[in-house]
Amino acid sequence: MIWGSAGEFLAMGGYAFYVWGSFLVAAACLAVEPLLVGARHRRALQTVRAERMRHEA
Amino acid sequence: MNEPSVVSAIAGVIRRDLLLAARRKSEPLFTLGFFVLVASLFPLSIGPEPELLRRVAPGVLWVAALLAAMLSLGRMFAADYDDGTLESIALAPVPLVAAVLGKVAAHWLVSGFPLVVVSPLLALQYGLPADVIAMLMISLLIGTPVLSLVGAIGAALTLGVRGGGVLVALLVLPLYVPTLIFGAGAVDARLAGLDPGANLSLLGACLALAALFAPPAIAAGVRIALE
Amino acid sequence: MPSRLINWFRFGSPQSFYPLAGRLVPWFTAIAVLTGAAGLWVGFFVAPTDAQQGEAYRIIFVHVPAAWMSMFLYVIMAFWAGVGLAFNTRLSAMMAHAIAPTGAMFTFLALWSGALWGRPTWGAYWVWDARLTSELVLFFLYLGYMALNAAIDDPRRADRAAAVLALVGVVNVPIIYFSVQWWNTLHQGASVSLTRAPSMAMTMLTGMLLMAIAFWMYGLAVVLARVRAIMLEREAHTDWARELKEVGQ
Repeated sequence: MIWGSAGEFLAMGGYAFYVWGSFLVAAACLAVEPLLVGARHRRALQTVRAERMRHEA
Repeated sequence: MNEPSVVSAIAGVIRRDLLLAARRKSEPLFTLGFFVLVASLFPLSIGPEPELLRRVAPGVLWVAALLAAMLSLGRMFAADYDDGTLESIALAPVPLVAAVLGKVAAHWLVSGFPLVVVSPLLALQYGLPADVIAMLMISLLIGTPVLSLVGAIGAALTLGVRGGGVLVALLVLPLYVPTLIFGAGAVDARLAGLDPGANLSLLGACLALAALFAPPAIAAGVRIALE
Repeated sequence: MPSRLINWFRFGSPQSFYPLAGRLVPWFTAIAVLTGAAGLWVGFFVAPTDAQQGEAYRIIFVHVPAAWMSMFLYVIMAFWAGVGLAFNTRLSAMMAHAIAPTGAMFTFLALWSGALWGRPTWGAYWVWDARLTSELVLFFLYLGYMALNAAIDDPRRADRAAAVLALVGVVNVPIIYFSVQWWNTLHQGASVSLTRAPSMAMTMLTGMLLMAIAFWMYGLAVVLARVRAIMLEREAHTDWARELKEVGQ
C-alpha cells in the first residue's frame, strides 16, 4: 500500500489541490451530464404526450 | 444555345460581382478601414516603443487582415440568397462549384487583395524593414485566398441563419489557425533573419488544399441552404 | 437467396433503434463503472509515485483518456455526419448531434486537467504546448458544430449543414495539429510538452488504459441515452412514439 494513512492519501504528496481538482471536476462532469440527458429525455416525453393529446383531440 | 463553358461561367460571376461591388464602393472601403483601424489600435494599447511594435507587427497585421477578410464573408452570398439570384445560379446549366469559385474569387478581389495592397502602409507604421514588408505582402497574397475559400464555407453554411455574422466567426476562425500560423510565421521568420521558405511553401500547400476541397463544400453548403 | 440475409438497416430506423439503445445503455454504464473503479484503484493504490513529478502525475489517469476521447469522438461524430449526409438517414445525423456535447465535455476535461497538471509541473496553468493548443482549437470546432446545429431551426437542414461542417472540421484536425506542432517547435523555448512519456511503468499504463475504456463506455452510454431523447423530440408526431409505454403513464 503506497499511502501510510488516509491523511497522506488526501494530501497527495502536497499536490492535493491539483490532483483532486482534476478528479473532482472530472467526477462532476461525468455525474452531471447523465442528469442533463435524463432531464432532456423527460422533456422529450412531455412533447410526445402533448403531441398525442393534440392528435387525439 | 451552346453549353456555357465552365471558365466563362466563372468569369461571368466574377464580372457580375465586381460590377456590383463597384456600384456600392462602400464594401471594400469597409474592409480596408477595418484593417487599418485594428492595426492602429495596437500601438495605442501596447505603446509606441518601436522595438516592441516591430516584434509584434507580423502577428498583429496578420490577425487584423484575417479579421477584416472575415467580416465581409457574410455579404458574399447574402444579397443573392435573399433576392433569389443564388437559386438561379444553382439551377444554371453550369456546375455550381464553378459559380461558387467565381463568387469566392470576386470576394477575394474585393476584400482580400486590397489588404495586400494596403499592408505596406501599415507595416511602415510598425517600422518594419523593406524586405519584411515584401514578405508580409507575399504571405498575405498567398494567405488571403485561403481565407476567402475557407470563409466561404462558413458563409454558405450560415446563409439565412439568425446570428449569422458571429456564427461565421465561430465556425471559421478555428479553420484559419494553420493559415495564420504559416502566414504570420513567414513574416516573423524574415524579421528574425531566418529563411521563410518553409512557411511559405506550407502556406501554399494550404492554398492548394483549400482550392481543391473548399469549393465542393461551399457548393454543398449553398445547396443545403437553398433546399 | 441466402436465407440468413442480415438486414443491416433493421436498426437504421429510429423506431427499431430506440428500444435497442434503451437496452444497451445500462450495460455500457455498468462496464464504465466497473472499469472506472478498477482504473482509479490501479491509478491511486497500485501505480507507484513518479520519480520526477511525485504524485502530480496521477492526473494523467484523467487527462490522457479525456484527450483521447475528445479526438476519438470528433472522428466518430464526423463519421455519422458523413453517413447521414451520404445516405440521408436521419438517425445518423441524430447520432452526430448526440455525440457533440459529450465530445466537447471531454475536450473541456482534457484542457482543465491539463492546466491543473501544468501548474505544479511547469509552473503555469496554461502552457502553449502543441497538444493543449490543438485541444483548445478542437474545443472551438465542437462549439462551432453545436452552435450551427442550434442556430438552424429546420432539423433536416441543421443535420446537413452541421454534417458538412463536421466533415470540413475532421479534415482540418490533423492539419491544425500539424501546424500547431510546427509552430510549437519553432517557439520551443516557450513550453515543454506535458506528457514527456515518463518511463511508463506497467501499472501506470494499465491504469490509464482502464480509465480510457471506462470513459469510452461512459461515452457510449451517454450518447445512446441522448440519441434516444433526440429521437423522441424529432419523432414526437409519429405513431410509434405515441404508443410507447413510457409515454402512456
